[in-house]
Amino acid sequence: MKRRTFIGMLTGAGASLLAGSATAGGTHHFTGYPDSYGVLFDSTKCIGCRKCEAACNAVNELPKPQLPFDDLSVLENRRRTHHDTYTVVNKYEYDGKPVFRKIQCNHCQEPACASACFVGAFKKEPTGAVSYDASRCVGCRYCMIACPFEIPTYEYHDPITPRVRKCTFCQPRILEGKLPGCVESCPKGALVFGRRDELLRIARERIRKHPERYVNHIYGEQEMGGTNWLYISGVPFEAIGMREDLGITPAPQLTTGALSVVPAVVGLWPLFLTGAYAITKRKEQIAAEEREQTVHRAVAEAEAEAAKKLAAALEKAERDKQAAIDREVKKALKEAEEARKKAEAASEGEE
Amino acid sequence: MEFMTYHDFMFWTKGMAYVGMGLALVGFIVFWNFLTTREDDRFADKEEE
Amino acid sequence: MAHVGAPSTKFWTPANILTAIILVVGIVLTVKRFTMGIGSVSNLSDDNPWGIWIGFDLLCGVALAAGGYTTTAAVYLFGMKKFHSAVRPAITTAFLGYAFVVFALLYDLGRYYRLPYPLTIYPGPTSFLFEVGLCVALYLTVLAIEFSPFLWEVIGWAKIRHLVHKLTLALTIFGVILSTLHQSSLGGLYLIAPSKLHPLWYSIYLPLFFFISSIPAGLSMVILEGSLSHKYLAHKMDDEHHHGFSHVVLGFSKAASVVLFAYFCMKWIGVAMDNNWSHLSTGWGWWFLVEVLGFVLLPCLLYAMAAREKNERLAFWASVMTVAGIILNRLNVSIIAFNWRLPAEARYFPSVEEFLITVFIVTLEITILRICLNKLPILYQHPQFRDAH
Repeated sequence: MKRRTFIGMLTGAGASLLAGSATAGGTHHFTGYPDSYGVLFDSTKCIGCRKCEAACNAVNELPKPQLPFDDLSVLENRRRTHHDTYTVVNKYEYDGKPVFRKIQCNHCQEPACASACFVGAFKKEPTGAVSYDASRCVGCRYCMIACPFEIPTYEYHDPITPRVRKCTFCQPRILEGKLPGCVESCPKGALVFGRRDELLRIARERIRKHPERYVNHIYGEQEMGGTNWLYISGVPFEAIGMREDLGITPAPQLTTGALSVVPAVVGLWPLFLTGAYAITKRKEQIAAEEREQTVHRAVAEAEAEAAKKLAAALEKAERDKQAAIDREVKKALKEAEEARKKAEAASEGEE
Repeated sequence: MEFMTYHDFMFWTKGMAYVGMGLALVGFIVFWNFLTTREDDRFADKEEE
Repeated sequence: MAHVGAPSTKFWTPANILTAIILVVGIVLTVKRFTMGIGSVSNLSDDNPWGIWIGFDLLCGVALAAGGYTTTAAVYLFGMKKFHSAVRPAITTAFLGYAFVVFALLYDLGRYYRLPYPLTIYPGPTSFLFEVGLCVALYLTVLAIEFSPFLWEVIGWAKIRHLVHKLTLALTIFGVILSTLHQSSLGGLYLIAPSKLHPLWYSIYLPLFFFISSIPAGLSMVILEGSLSHKYLAHKMDDEHHHGFSHVVLGFSKAASVVLFAYFCMKWIGVAMDNNWSHLSTGWGWWFLVEVLGFVLLPCLLYAMAAREKNERLAFWASVMTVAGIILNRLNVSIIAFNWRLPAEARYFPSVEEFLITVFIVTLEITILRICLNKLPILYQHPQFRDAH
């Protein structure tokens, strides 16, 4: 981060505080770019003509498909986006009647692909588009794992410079003041381009005016935190292959909590680990000291014992010596006595 | 800098958190040395055994 | 190279012939991958962007290389000196494991030559993959430094070897931090896809599960590899390795057992947290039970019995079960229970060539590991540096 940017951020933060941004302690709420564009798709008006697919192909200069775009037999198969098709229309049966649905990038307000990208190659633009910058892409394809709508595709055939491919919302055309290719080509008005806020109003109005024609739900208003492409339909969205179990949690919020544990580990693990090490060392030291003390005590005791033994031995020796002397003296005295008695007896016998 | 999306906000704050982690790690080593170098040997010795 | 028992003078043993064949096939497929694209060798598709190169090579590779941080932490931080003989083999396998994880990643990345981008010019800090990349890069560096003394000893550079030795504590702590982070972040990768991963495997605890389970994975790999090198490389071992190994096996069994028990409990708390009980009666539920009962609880009990009865043979089989269980878990999260809603024809199954590239990478790793164990002072102490530990 450049220093200038950092200072800019500080002043920006100050300005946004003055402007009263929706940032209270601990809560951060963002409503996206206020004037961003979107497209409203009305499945009750789509006739499955594939004109949008053809326009998309032409505008993005993609390779021509094997079957021409006016061949509607491909609608019989369930199709998805590929590296050479950014949008497809699929046909579904509901109550015996065909219902069509167009698939392309929904241009999330909080894109999962952008949140997952580890080089920041995806960006939410002020126009509403989620753009992709191939010059950053490393080709890990984590965006494809993350996208709940299964939109990003990959050029698996390219060994050197493969790219992720997806609908660009025709951002260059929007910036020129033109309509996205698909919207411009739609003959039935099933696609309406406009500011997202305005589109939501139009969608609500249509549902209010014709409650018998529409399901009372605008797909994309809340899904995954909201998308810039919006859908209204006459049949349940699940029936035209749109998942209704995605929830309304914006993708970045799925990981923010777990990611916030990362700095906590970095901050606290050194504490616990040096603590464990210190305890280990301390135990070792105490053990060593105790060992030393025990040895000291044992040595001292042994020495005292030895001294006692020595003294006892000396004493005993002394006693023994004394006893021997006494014995000798006694013996000498006894011998002398005996000699005297013998002499007396002899002199008595002579008389 | 004003954040228009939660993603932008997270991009900035998590980036700052990573910078903070680097500083915290370096800081911990410096602080640990400051804390223990006066001790004769005990835990100041970074050597094993 | 040594095969069984005493050093063999014959080079073309059956094991070496098989190795040579796999390496040749692998080199041919490598050329194909890098000249004709990922699509030419794999079954990866727009629906299934990650296959076994991520599910096995990355997720299992990292989990099974966890022996490095678990062993060094046990010995240097928690003071379990009697496991000292396990440190060098564990660092060696961890270093090679991570090096080959990065090597395998080059096959999977579309523009592999841009691998440094996230860590240098274009960081994307909102991504768990950024976290993984950063930590793996740093930890690989730490492991390289921890591994380097084995080379310095052979070359005889005593000074630099001594310098690295002085850094032991700092490197160990740094290694544990980085391992905690990237082991858990690999689970965190899937947090962003709750709509694609089966609810029994998706949990807010995914990072915790991946981290906790990496501990028995690492311990089991130390037991497993130790047992194998005891069988085939016994002549390379010095007394410390011969006699210390029983301590390592039984001590690690006890540790692995208690961690597996905690992991087993956490798995059920994960089910309770998201109220996924109803899924247990489905086919996926049975599969979940196979994993949690058969490959977590069972090895946990086997390890406990091995530790109680001082049965090293049982510990070996418990380690085999644990490693199989970790592989099963990682494949469940990344491949088997991922995209579970897709119709059968859109599901992923690896192509033969994709599979062979993985076999090639594993074989290459084992070959280099064999060379290291034979040539470097890993299973024995270098006579010149005998008392330096």
